[in-house]
Amino acid sequence: MTTNGTGTHDTVRPDTPPAGDGPLVELRGAGKSYGNVRALHGVDLTVHAGRVTCVLGDNGAGKSTLIKIVSGLHQHTEGDFLVDGAPVRFGTPREALDRGIATVYQDLATVPLMPVWRNFFLGSELTRGPWPVRRLDIARMKDTCDRELRDMGIVLDDLEQPIGTLSGGQRQSVAIARAVHFGARVLILDEPTAALGVRQSGVVLKYIAAARERGLGVIFITHNPHHAYMVGDHFTVLRLGTVELSAARSAITLEALTNHMAGGAELASLKHELAQVRGVDVDELPDTGTLDGGGPGEGGAGSGKG
Amino acid sequence: MSTAEQAGPAAGGPSAPGPAPRDGRTAHRPLALRLLARPEVGVFLGALAVLVFFLAVAPSLRQGGSLATVLYQSSTIGIMALPVALLMIGGEFDLSSGVAVVTSALTASMLSYQLTVNVWTGVLLALVLSLAIGAFNGWMVVRTGLPSFLVTLGTFLILQGVNLAVTKLVTGNVATDDISDMDGFAQAKAVFASSVDIGGVQVKITVFYWIVFAALATWVLLRTKYGNWIFAVGGSKESARAVGVPVTFTKISLFMLVGLGAWFLGMHQLFSFNTVQSGEGVGQELIYIAAAVIGGCSLTGGQGSAIGPVFGAFMFGMVNQGIVFAGWNPDWFKAFLGVMLLGAVLINLWVRRTATRR
Ligand SMILES: Nc1ncnc2c1ncn2[C@@H]1O[C@H](COP(=O)(O)OP(=O)(O)OP(=O)(O)O)[C@@H](O)[C@H]1O
Ligand SMILES: [Mg+2]
Repeated sequence: MTTNGTGTHDTVRPDTPPAGDGPLVELRGAGKSYGNVRALHGVDLTVHAGRVTCVLGDNGAGKSTLIKIVSGLHQHTEGDFLVDGAPVRFGTPREALDRGIATVYQDLATVPLMPVWRNFFLGSELTRGPWPVRRLDIARMKDTCDRELRDMGIVLDDLEQPIGTLSGGQRQSVAIARAVHFGARVLILDEPTAALGVRQSGVVLKYIAAARERGLGVIFITHNPHHAYMVGDHFTVLRLGTVELSAARSAITLEALTNHMAGGAELASLKHELAQVRGVDVDELPDTGTLDGGGPGEGGAGSGKG
Repeated sequence: MSTAEQAGPAAGGPSAPGPAPRDGRTAHRPLALRLLARPEVGVFLGALAVLVFFLAVAPSLRQGGSLATVLYQSSTIGIMALPVALLMIGGEFDLSSGVAVVTSALTASMLSYQLTVNVWTGVLLALVLSLAIGAFNGWMVVRTGLPSFLVTLGTFLILQGVNLAVTKLVTGNVATDDISDMDGFAQAKAVFASSVDIGGVQVKITVFYWIVFAALATWVLLRTKYGNWIFAVGGSKESARAVGVPVTFTKISLFMLVGLGAWFLGMHQLFSFNTVQSGEGVGQELIYIAAAVIGGCSLTGGQGSAIGPVFGAFMFGMVNQGIVFAGWNPDWFKAFLGVMLLGAVLINLWVRRTATRR
């Protein structure tokens, strides 16, 4: 596992890439407005091969907006978006896919009624024969699909079954296997573990690690700091559309990350409010001070501490 | 998720463990049950039942000529039910398909007659117009994101009005002039509206077109990229787009395919009756949709086949002619259709539930 290991305790600081290769994908001061809603503003993010960049944040923090820019569903309205060091602007997800950027969405990943193997190759079907009789190469697609899924440790009884009959985690895993197979260099996962149970989440996290071992750059979006900390090499926390924290794994503890996610000051005021409600024993609640232990100091928006 | 009751083998209850590399939780369903779970098989049995019923009550139907009439009737519904079914699998409706047939026929007829040119000129211009109407429907649906039900209801009303108004304006009548003595008519009639002699029975050429189109549609749907895309855009438009399926192209081309079907049927009507009644076609769109639904196409898209609507159309043609041959009042036709539609849908639902039950 590669971590960049700079020991400074700045809250927001540029990611130092591992020596030798530049970032696959980079956002510089990128932002996105939906009409008069500024969903994202001044965001810096880098994705390197063989590393997992986690993007965390509360509901509406702008996580989905961020990855929609990278995956070509939306276009950024400010800042720069670079792939392999060159500025780009994707009009369709197809263009992003062609540059090796594949996205796996929680609900957009698959077409539920279609068989597993058709889903696997959807949009990139294998064909054979000259044009007027060009047809799907079904045997080859089924073989490949079966092999790829087994390589990722996914065992299914029947590739003909509609993918909607699989569990959420299995579907997610198929989508990841698909992205890896189609030569993705950058894999984006939008809250892949959000709707999953503990075991299923574990399965997905395993595939994320597997994808990293294969040398892919991974952007892992999640609400869950525990999941993020298990596989992440770098953590970016978004709050209200801006970067609140950007830190390498070596520079932050799980407790500090959790505290950043929750927002230290908000937690304190919540505790205060709860204290007014009878029946809630605030003494049993963790102290925000202890939650912050070991990590970089609070800074930026929403912190009451100096 | 409702997909638990989809056709095909679904996850069964705990069963004997399979060979090691398998998941081992899928019970093996008997072939008969798996087949019954397919809507095409259900509608095939339904069509068979209707056929047997009318053969029993209407002895005059038991002749080659009568059956050829039934097939002809079915083919005129079935040729349109095919593109309508594909569009439905692609997740959209076209309420203008019935009047679009008449629009196409009117265009070809009036253009040829008024300009006194070879009928093929009119035929080609009608093709262009039909495709354009389809493209307009598709473009509106894709661009605005409005339900196609609404968009094509608009087109339906527009075409219905334009058909009547323009015909009256041009011919001073509700029907077009007879074009049977114009250049190219005989040739066009041979292509669109001739008959083939099979063992002394005259079978209309549309029956053969119908079969060929159905085979083609089945092949496209199951064996080509485009077919894959049709299922995908109907099943989940956003997922399809996210994995790189050209959603806009697929949807618009499907609407244009309905236009192509409307043109073909319109040409058939023109060259078999020589003149076109401008007020016709209204209500036919629902017959096409009903045939597709009876044939197992899902109203919500993403599911269906091309062969199912073939049997659906056959059921309609059978009832339509069966009533006549049985000597009943033809006014009962629509009532029959309604009962059949509900019956078929309910039986399909019941059979699928039974066949896929754990
Ligand atoms: N299409 C849109 N039009 C207008 N505003 C939007 C649109 N999409 C997102 N927003 C706004 O942008 C902000 C960020 O949304 P986004 O979906 O990126 O949040 P998120 O971090 O993914 O949240 P969640 O954790 O709930 O998925 C929200 O305030 C949201 O209301
Ligand atoms: Mg989101």
